[in-house]
Amino acid sequence: MHHLITYLADAPWITFNTGAFSDQFWASTFDGLTYGSIYALVAMGYTLVYGVLQLINFAHSEVFIVGVYATVFALNAMGFGPSPVYPPMVVLIIDLLVAMVAAMIASGLTALILERVAYRPLRKRNAPRLVFLITAIGASFTIQYLIFVWRGGSNAEPATIMFVPDPVFEVFSTIIDSQQLTIFIAAIVLMVVTDQFINRTKFGRGIRAVAQDPDTATLMGVNKERVIMLTFVIGGVLAGAAALFYLMKVPQGASFNGGFVLGIKAFAAAVLGGIGNIRGALLGGLLLGVVSNYGVTLLGNSSWTDVVAFVVLVVVLMVRPTGLLGESLGKARV
Amino acid sequence: MTSDEIIDLVEMVVLVAVLVAVGKLFQRSKASGRLGEWWNSKSRVEQWAWLVPLIAVVVLIPVINPPFLTTEPGTNFPITMFNCALYALVALGLNVVVGQAGLLDLGYVGFFAVGAYVAALFTSPDSQLSKIPYLWTLPLAMVVTMFFGVVLGTPTLRLRGDYLAIVTLGFGEIVRLLATLMPPLKGNVGFQDVGHPPGTKADGGALFANTNGTPWYMLTIGIILIVLLLVGNLERSRVGRAWVAIREDEDAAEMMGVPVFKFKLWAFAIGAAIGGLSGSLFAGQVSFVNNQKFDVPTSVLFLAAVVLGGSGNKVGVLLGGFVIAYIPFRFTALASYKYLIFGVALVVLMIFRPQGLLGARQRLLARGRQAYQRLIGRPEQLSSDSSLVAEKAGDSA
Amino acid sequence: MSDTPEVEPEGGIVAELEHMTEAERAAHEAEVAEAVAPDREIAVEVGDTLLELRDVTMRFGGLVAMDSVSFSIKRGEILGLIGPNGAGKTTCFNAMTGVYRPTSGQVLLEDRPLGRAKRHQITHRGIARTFQNIRLFGEMTALENVVVGADARHQTSVVGALLRLPRHHREEREAIDRAMALLEFMGIADRAADKAKNLPYGYQRRLEIARALATEPKLLCLDEPAAGFNPAEKDELMGLIRKIRDDGYTVLLIEHDMRLVMGVTDRIVVLEFGKKIAEGLPAEIRDNPAVIAAYLGVPDEEDTDGAA
Repeated sequence: MHHLITYLADAPWITFNTGAFSDQFWASTFDGLTYGSIYALVAMGYTLVYGVLQLINFAHSEVFIVGVYATVFALNAMGFGPSPVYPPMVVLIIDLLVAMVAAMIASGLTALILERVAYRPLRKRNAPRLVFLITAIGASFTIQYLIFVWRGGSNAEPATIMFVPDPVFEVFSTIIDSQQLTIFIAAIVLMVVTDQFINRTKFGRGIRAVAQDPDTATLMGVNKERVIMLTFVIGGVLAGAAALFYLMKVPQGASFNGGFVLGIKAFAAAVLGGIGNIRGALLGGLLLGVVSNYGVTLLGNSSWTDVVAFVVLVVVLMVRPTGLLGESLGKARV
Repeated sequence: MTSDEIIDLVEMVVLVAVLVAVGKLFQRSKASGRLGEWWNSKSRVEQWAWLVPLIAVVVLIPVINPPFLTTEPGTNFPITMFNCALYALVALGLNVVVGQAGLLDLGYVGFFAVGAYVAALFTSPDSQLSKIPYLWTLPLAMVVTMFFGVVLGTPTLRLRGDYLAIVTLGFGEIVRLLATLMPPLKGNVGFQDVGHPPGTKADGGALFANTNGTPWYMLTIGIILIVLLLVGNLERSRVGRAWVAIREDEDAAEMMGVPVFKFKLWAFAIGAAIGGLSGSLFAGQVSFVNNQKFDVPTSVLFLAAVVLGGSGNKVGVLLGGFVIAYIPFRFTALASYKYLIFGVALVVLMIFRPQGLLGARQRLLARGRQAYQRLIGRPEQLSSDSSLVAEKAGDSA
Repeated sequence: MSDTPEVEPEGGIVAELEHMTEAERAAHEAEVAEAVAPDREIAVEVGDTLLELRDVTMRFGGLVAMDSVSFSIKRGEILGLIGPNGAGKTTCFNAMTGVYRPTSGQVLLEDRPLGRAKRHQITHRGIARTFQNIRLFGEMTALENVVVGADARHQTSVVGALLRLPRHHREEREAIDRAMALLEFMGIADRAADKAKNLPYGYQRRLEIARALATEPKLLCLDEPAAGFNPAEKDELMGLIRKIRDDGYTVLLIEHDMRLVMGVTDRIVVLEFGKKIAEGLPAEIRDNPAVIAAYLGVPDEEDTDGAA
């Protein structure tokens, strides 16, 4: 036993590259924020559904990956492909918006079907939580391998380049490019809109009411089933938007199981911020993006980003299981 | 679809239908469930009298090679049977965690991997560690994985159930990533010539060669029997009762004096140890370990085995493990759809039959059978549904 | 189905009870009573303070559910805890059984503070409770439910259970006998083999009490044990509670039904809006103007406690 430990520990398998870390500190911060805003968008889906149903929608990562495929096909149909095309600015923006809408529809529909086919029958039967979770895993698996069978294997789709990032401006002697800026701003705008939707509109009030007390909300005339559907759809639509940004950042990101790791990270982000809390999802997403990017720079291998994300998740759950901002959309269970 | 695929599909549907029918027959609460009642009315001695020949038949399956069960040419039947037995053992271990204690562990493959690597590190010539005989790696793997189980469980078992699922999923992935990232674990290259138990055949070749599935199968069945006995002992003790109490209502259990955290940790550690044991058996038979076989889909397959067979039912999960491993070997034309099939199966099962093929069935008192007879003159009401359809007692009042 | 040689003829003990002679039945009942009330070492004498709440305050955010409540329970008495809905009765229970930790103040059992003891440790120290909304282990049989309670006093380790060491056998046997005695004591032994979730409502309520008694408590806390009972069942329950006390238990009773509370308790503490407004003998409480005012115009509905 002792032997085993020394053998594994002596080997120089982990090295801290502090030089690279301080050199690239701002670069990895900004890039982390870009990834983080994508995580945050996906995290919203987890947080919303959790807030309303206290369910970890395990299949949300597949809602996301369906959006990625929809983006790829929409963009390919409009002439985008592995080598960059340079349409005029206005056309580019319209094309990207069309692709985003396509992804939103695809993801939103997937989320809706998922709710209808997989979760609703269980809710009718008042099934225990474990059953919901296992169903979610099954559904996630089903969608993944439907894609697998449909695309004839595990190969990722060829890259789809939307545009080549140009430098826009420089902070702390680090260049911020147009891609980072687009993703970050668009994601923040979407999340602010969602936040306002939930806090200001009648539908949003319904969501909050069901999150706080489903029974009372029903008695007060809130249509619980419709609220649940709406919640799934909003989560799906945001995941669709995230899909476009993700593909922008990772052009060959469409693979059948590509949603899995991103989904876990987004979930970690939601927990980090306080699951059930919309603003928490944003904060958690950005934080997780930055931290796991630091991990990559420091450890010098991109495989570490997943390990770092998981470790962050475990540490957060141990130290502060309600997350940074606590559970405000839902209620804390005793 | 090709005609092969259609034939396989039809055969598989028939197989599953037969299993479901048998499961129904076993259910005591159903009017048709005479078989279960008959079985329950037998004394322990009589049950053993039936069990011993049954076990003998099971042990000899690879030798008998029964016609419907046999695999098509090109697939080695004894090795198929070994894999089935291996999955059954895994399901038995995972059932302690999921079925009995009600903790959803999605990183079970992590423990399986740790067990496999323990066997590889201590027996393969590719490892620089000093070597020990293969059979010693089985208990060693159990100890090491138990240690991992405690390390992982201590911070996480205080969390709510659904967080636990995600954290264990993360653990499974971390184990896989570490196998890739840590040079001593040799990533994709892996370890060749993992050891095997001693013994030679008449022709001088090793008895436990990796091409020879039969002895591996029999070894695994032997281990399953021992594990069944021990897990059964636990089930019919305060430990098993504590697990079921935790599963049913954690808060109430704690207020009835059950040290909830301690017993959750035990469930987790015992489950982990059985996972590690299976992992080292796997490594021995395949004789090669690298980072490729311990991914999340495998974890989900393990879970599917438990849920399919009947979470909380020891016999059920053995059957579940068997079926999950058997289908891709037997219906080779469908092998590439196996994950899809099991994904759909999970959803469909949860919606229409959450209790699995056989429902949960637990005796929680040592010598409870005699006690019930002595006290009220009839046996107890056994669970006919599963931990997964359990509702809180208050709801039904 | 039952001609197995090693067991007694059909019906078992429960069926036999009906055919017993007077003397046999008395002997059997003595046996049951012996098992129901085992010797416990209790540090305080009968009539001395067993449990004390000292200035217990319980705050949830802005809501003060208990405001500096102090009272004590003497060994061997039946203390009633009453008050209008939302008065903080169940919160008080939860503070005593470790579900919540008091924001300030102390709970002392046998003059030792509960402090930061975990819930299962508090059970060990000798406080057991039932739940207002029944919380049995539905998939277990009635007997198994009670044995889980009895397990609180067991020492068998995981290894001991794994290898079926002698202590395991002894404890199992004792636990089953005691659990069965408790079921008989509560009058529900005939359904010992049924799953808890399939028992009738009245049986479930009584099974909860049996399970709590199985932990060998010094103090038994009953949270609205008569909820949903008809008058005849309530009378029966009153008898049972007295019997429990006579067997050497101390009982704390939360109850809405005034007739039951007045009929069975030795002393009563009244809470309103988280404050203690009265304490005394049932007759004193009945005539206490503050209590009358608290209850006046507040219909005594079967409602959940606000703080539950």
